[in-house]
Amino acid sequence: MRTIWIVAGAAFKESVRDRVPYTMVVFAVLMMAASYLISELTAGQDLKIIKDLGLAAMSVFGLVIAVFIGIGLVSKEVERKSVFGLLTKPVTRAQFILGKYLGLVTTLAVNLSVMTVAYYGVLFYMNGMATEAMRAGWPVPATDPRLLVAVVLIMGELAVVTAIALMFSTFSSPLLSAMLTLGLWVSGHFNGDLRQFEQVVDQPAVAWIARGLYYVLPNLAPFNVKAEVVYGMPVSASHVGFTLLYALTYIAALLVAAVAIFRRRDFR
Amino acid sequence: MSAAIETEGLTKDFSVGFWRPRPYRALDHLTLKVEAGEVFGFLGPNGAGKSTTLKLLMQLLYPTSGEARILGRPAGDAAVRQRVGFLAENPYYYDYLTAEELLAYFARLFGFRGADVDTRVARVLDEVGIGKERRLRLRRFSKGMTQRVGLAQALLNDPEVLFLDEPMSGLDPLGRRHVRDLILGLRAKGCTVFFSSHILSDAETLCSRVGVLVQGKLVASGPLSEILAFELKGWEVVVACGPQLHAELATFARTVTPLSDGHVLLHLAPDAEPDRVVGELTRRGAHIVSINPVRETLEDYFVQVVGATAGRDTSGAGA
Ligand SMILES: Nc1ncnc2c1ncn2[C@@H]1O[C@H](COP(=O)(O)OP(=O)(O)O)[C@@H](O)[C@H]1O
Ligand SMILES: [Mg+2]
Repeated sequence: MRTIWIVAGAAFKESVRDRVPYTMVVFAVLMMAASYLISELTAGQDLKIIKDLGLAAMSVFGLVIAVFIGIGLVSKEVERKSVFGLLTKPVTRAQFILGKYLGLVTTLAVNLSVMTVAYYGVLFYMNGMATEAMRAGWPVPATDPRLLVAVVLIMGELAVVTAIALMFSTFSSPLLSAMLTLGLWVSGHFNGDLRQFEQVVDQPAVAWIARGLYYVLPNLAPFNVKAEVVYGMPVSASHVGFTLLYALTYIAALLVAAVAIFRRRDFR
Repeated sequence: MSAAIETEGLTKDFSVGFWRPRPYRALDHLTLKVEAGEVFGFLGPNGAGKSTTLKLLMQLLYPTSGEARILGRPAGDAAVRQRVGFLAENPYYYDYLTAEELLAYFARLFGFRGADVDTRVARVLDEVGIGKERRLRLRRFSKGMTQRVGLAQALLNDPEVLFLDEPMSGLDPLGRRHVRDLILGLRAKGCTVFFSSHILSDAETLCSRVGVLVQGKLVASGPLSEILAFELKGWEVVVACGPQLHAELATFARTVTPLSDGHVLLHLAPDAEPDRVVGELTRRGAHIVSINPVRETLEDYFVQVVGATAGRDTSGAGA
C-alpha cells in the first residue's frame, strides 16, 4: 500500500508540475470575464447562466485534464521508457497502475476544489453586487451549498473517465486512447438512449447488441445534475448515493482490466 | 549456493511487420550462468540481443520460451528486485524532477525512510560524481549526466547484482574511467556485475568472464584469457642498431618498421623462436629495447566471429 502511495505522490507531483496549474488559471480568468460581461449586459439578472456556465466549465476542464494527463501518465512513461526505471524497483505492475490512478484522481480533486472556490468566489461577488429586489427574484440563493452536489458528481464522472483513459493507455497509443476515451464519454452521455432504441427496434439481434452496449458502456448521464441544482429542483440523496456506487463499481472493473492488460505487456 | 544469474534456453521472438506479422528471433536459446561476485561482460555488436536479454532478466519483456533466474529466484520476483540494480540503455527519467528528487523517489520505493533516504541519495550522487547539478531538473541534463543519474539510481539499494546496459555510452573519457573504477570498487565489495557493451576495451579491463552474443546466439563464453589465449599472433621486438645491421634485419623478421625515435620495430612470426633471434641480434651489437608477444585482441576475435556468423547467414539465405 505504501508503494502505491509513493507512486501516486510522484504522479501527483508530475501533473502539478505539468499543465494543470495553467488550466486552472485559464478557468478562473474565463469565469471572471464571463460573469463580469454577463452582469454588465443583463444587470445581474442571469445568475443562472453564470451558475450553469461555471459547472459546465468545471466539467469540461476536468475532462480535458482527466483525458490528456490521464493518458499521458502511463503512455508517456512507456513511450519514453522511464517505466524501465520504475518497474525494475520493487513495484508490481498493479501497484504502478493503482498508484498512477490515485495520483491522478488526487490531482483532479485538488483542481476541482480550486475551481469550486473560484466559482463560489464569483457567486459571492455577484451576490454582493445584486440589489435586494434582484435577490428576491432568484429561486435559490447565489452561494447555494447544494451546488456542491453537482460538483461531487462531476468529480465522480471524472474519476470514471480517468479510469477509462488509463485503461486504454495501457495498450494503445496516446492519440488512439484519447479518441477512444472521448468517444466513450460522448456515448456515455447518450447511453440512456440505447435503452429506448432497444425498445423500438424489432430486429432481435440489434436489440440484443443495444442492450449489451447499454450494460458495458459507461452510463454518465446520471452524473449530470447541473440543471437540477441551478434551477433549485430536488436531487435525491439516493440518486447521488447510487450514482457514486455505480462509479466505484465501474472504476474497479476498469482498473482490474487495466492491471490485467498491463501485467502481460512487453516493454520494448 | 545457486548462481547469481542463470538463464536456460532463454528465447525471445518479436513480431515484426504490421500487415503480415512474422516472428523475429532476437534471442535464441541463451543458456548462461554467472556466479556471485563475477563481473561478466556481455558483448556483441549492435542488434545482437544484449538489451533484449537484460530486459528479459528484469522481466520488462516476457520470454517466448526458456527461463531466467536471479539469485535463485525467477526473474521479475518483487523480492529479487529489492536486491538488484538496473541501468537501462540510454535511460530517460522524468523531466520535471531534480536528480535528488528522482533518487529520493526511488529510494522510498526500495523501502527506505526518513533520513536514510537523504543520506543514500547524497552518497550515490557523490559516487557517480554529480555535484551541485543535483538540484537541477533532469530536463537540463546532458546525455552523460543522465547516464550518471542512471548509475546512481542503480546503486541506491546496495545491490547484490547489478545489471548495466551499455554503462559507458554517452560518457566522456573521464566519465568512462569513473565508471570503470566504480565497477572495480563494486567487484571488490563482492557485487555481481552483468554489463553489456559493444566496446571491447571496457570488457578487457573489467571482466572476469565474458559472453559473446551475435545475432541472438551465444557464440562464446568464458574467461577472456581462455577465449583469446589460443592464438599467439607473433612477437614485436624493438631494437636499436647501427646502419649495417639495419640492412640485414629483414632476414630476421616478417616486417621491419623504422620508428620515429630511430628505433626499429620487428614483427616476428609466432614460431620464430624469439630467444634465438634476440641472442643473434645482441651478438651482432644490437640493443634490445623491448620484446612483446602479440596476442589476439578481443577486437580481432570479435571481427572474426561476427564476420563468420554474418557470412554463414548470408550464404544460408542464398541457398
Ligand atoms: N520491439 C522490437 N520489435 C522488433 N524487433 C526488435 C524490437 N526490439 C529489438 N528488436 C530487434 O532485436 C534485435 C536485438 O535488439 P537489442 O536487444 O536491442 O540489441 P543490442 O542491445 O544487442 O544492440 C535487433 O535486431 C532489434 O532490431
Ligand atoms: Mg542494446
